[in-house]
Amino acid sequence: MALYRAHVLICKGTGCTASGGPSVYSAMQEELKRRKLDREIMLVETGCHGMCEMGPIVVVYPEGALYCRVTPEDVPEIVEEHLYKGRLVERLLYTVPSEMTKIPHYRDIPFYSKQHRIVLRNCGYINPEHIEEYISRDGYQAFAKALLEMTPEKTLEEVKNSGLRGRGGAGFPTGLKWEFARKAPGDKKYIICNADEGDPGAFMDRSVLEGDPHSLIEGMLLGAYAIGADEGYIYCRAEYPLAIKRLKNAIAQAEELGLLGDRIMGTDFSFHLHIKEGAGAFVCGEETALMASIEGKRGMPTPRPPFPAQHGLWGKPTNINNVETWANVPQIILNGAEWYSSIGTEKSKGTKVFALTGKVKNTGLIEVPMGITIREIVFELGGGILNDKGFKAVQVGGPSGGCLTEEHLDLPVDYESLTAAGAIMGSGGLVVMDEDTCMVDVSKFFLEFTQRESCGKCVPCREGTKQMLLLLEKITRGEGTMEDLETLEELAQMVKRMSLCGLGQTAPNPVLTTLQYFRDEYEAHIKDRECPAKACAALIAYTIDPEACKKCGLCAKNCPVNCISGDRQTPYKIDQERCIKCGTCLEVCPFNAVHKD
Amino acid sequence: MTLKTMGVSEKTKELVAPWKGRKGGLIPILQSVQREIGYLPEEALATISEELKIPKADIYGVATFYAQFHLKPRGRHVIRVCRGTACHVRGSLKILDKVKQILHVEENDTTEDLRFTLEPVACLGACGLAPVVMIDDETHGRLTPDKVQPILDKYE
Repeated sequence: MALYRAHVLICKGTGCTASGGPSVYSAMQEELKRRKLDREIMLVETGCHGMCEMGPIVVVYPEGALYCRVTPEDVPEIVEEHLYKGRLVERLLYTVPSEMTKIPHYRDIPFYSKQHRIVLRNCGYINPEHIEEYISRDGYQAFAKALLEMTPEKTLEEVKNSGLRGRGGAGFPTGLKWEFARKAPGDKKYIICNADEGDPGAFMDRSVLEGDPHSLIEGMLLGAYAIGADEGYIYCRAEYPLAIKRLKNAIAQAEELGLLGDRIMGTDFSFHLHIKEGAGAFVCGEETALMASIEGKRGMPTPRPPFPAQHGLWGKPTNINNVETWANVPQIILNGAEWYSSIGTEKSKGTKVFALTGKVKNTGLIEVPMGITIREIVFELGGGILNDKGFKAVQVGGPSGGCLTEEHLDLPVDYESLTAAGAIMGSGGLVVMDEDTCMVDVSKFFLEFTQRESCGKCVPCREGTKQMLLLLEKITRGEGTMEDLETLEELAQMVKRMSLCGLGQTAPNPVLTTLQYFRDEYEAHIKDRECPAKACAALIAYTIDPEACKKCGLCAKNCPVNCISGDRQTPYKIDQERCIKCGTCLEVCPFNAVHKD
Repeated sequence: MTLKTMGVSEKTKELVAPWKGRKGGLIPILQSVQREIGYLPEEALATISEELKIPKADIYGVATFYAQFHLKPRGRHVIRVCRGTACHVRGSLKILDKVKQILHVEENDTTEDLRFTLEPVACLGACGLAPVVMIDDETHGRLTPDKVQPILDKYE
């Protein structure tokens, strides 16, 4: 085997690819060849590093130096300076926003130093398209250990003792769920991986699928062995083409090595794994709807009981877990339940992956131990609020979650404390909002989503979310009454209590939490006909100060509806009738002559 | 054989064949028909119904339930403007408005020259780069309204 003195890792995740990762990769490939270094230095395509904001990311080992926002033009300098002369390219290193200091090493960057990576341990480190790289990181060791040294009962026991809970949202104990399926009578059983990651603002599952698909396959193998299933499905949303490609590749490689198929490793255990592409329906993240979709029907939920563990896919006992849950399992079996349960809080064990997005400096994917505070996540890992504006709220758990405020910043993040505060862990979306975000607009935004995605089967969800949305639209237009607020609250409670599935039961959460913590903002929209954050289009107006206007015409040039008139002699003016209040003029004006009131 | 040398019905039959006698084939069949033909013409739905012995109403029910399926012809390029939370708070509505204004097209509609179809989507999962637009399989991130026109120009 060839020996290399250094490794250059270039991220090929969706984020870095969109920022130009592939052209950096080909530039690096050519440069290494040109300088005849291609036999000394190995170039590796990896999955997501998590710090998408700083992409394309290039990491050079053995040093572990991380370069941010690399362009093809930077490549010769990296090769010349770092790989030839052994000097870091300072200007491309990560800069800590608060101190303006450069950090050379990956592990010292606050974004990474606070993380505890179990699920993401291989993401950004290995080439996800080679099974050998996964195996070299103890891949399939846990499966071999379980299959050859442990009974299915012992495997199940280990997962149960680890305290692992479902990472898809509800946090149901995984071991217990497996036990239900194991004990259910029936000779044919299925397991399913829910990779229909539909929450807006969540992309942790995608990163695992793209960056380390074998960890999911190994987790499913262990689950199948413990439960006694011989067939499995990965239900992946069609919006993730790269994830599907990498999964197909990973399954083919595992089949070729005999890790999937009949009589694996010479034992009686057989397991076949298939991929089903979702067709674009958020409700299919709900387990009964997901199974209906695999069966080729409209993805509508059914009442439970019967639970999937008794009567699941095609009427057979079925166990469903999401990607992150499955990906935790190999490490639990390999290192033991005791190790896993030593991480986290009393009732929430292990780590959780969050997608940190919105108005925060470092957006991206983080994996942190349960019990970390929101303050640490937003201000230390996230580096604080974008443009150093004021923190207003953090929305946790996607459309089913809730908004938490300043007073919750020191809340330890675990299932119980989040639920007590009115939010939920959900799949782990964390959207940070600053003073410019209108909370009424945010709750309207989420409701627009859940209302559109409601499958229409049960009345409370179908009609209730619609009426709630109409009320919110009325309030953001400045036409609401105080009575509307009461109706809204009443409707929200009703939808929460009466809906058939998780979608409807949680859809009112964003409305209820904002009503609880930001009631004054709702009242300002109603009583004062004012949007305090100046975000609701109907309640604001853009004007140009004729004194400050230098008549450059940038505003008129950029106006999407051409409603600004003026010329070199006359100051520019906005036609209020035609203005769509997009705010583009305010952003492009170099002289701060545009005002928003 | 390609669609040009065989009719819609023939092509559909070819795509249904591997699923005959197997469970759960309807959605993958609809996906492959749409991949080949670009949308789901009525003739294809009728053929699937005959071949699989499933009532046309059931097929229609599935085809209209999922956002992915289209019963009308689509543009050569599909523009998916992300309207997820992260993109929303970073200004995706302005991007959507800009696309609409440049192409004179409404949401979920196709331009007259069949060049583009505009589709707002719930989340593309590229939240780190918000706001994001995906055209066909290519993702464009960190957008501002003035970056829209040059990007659209790249697609014929």
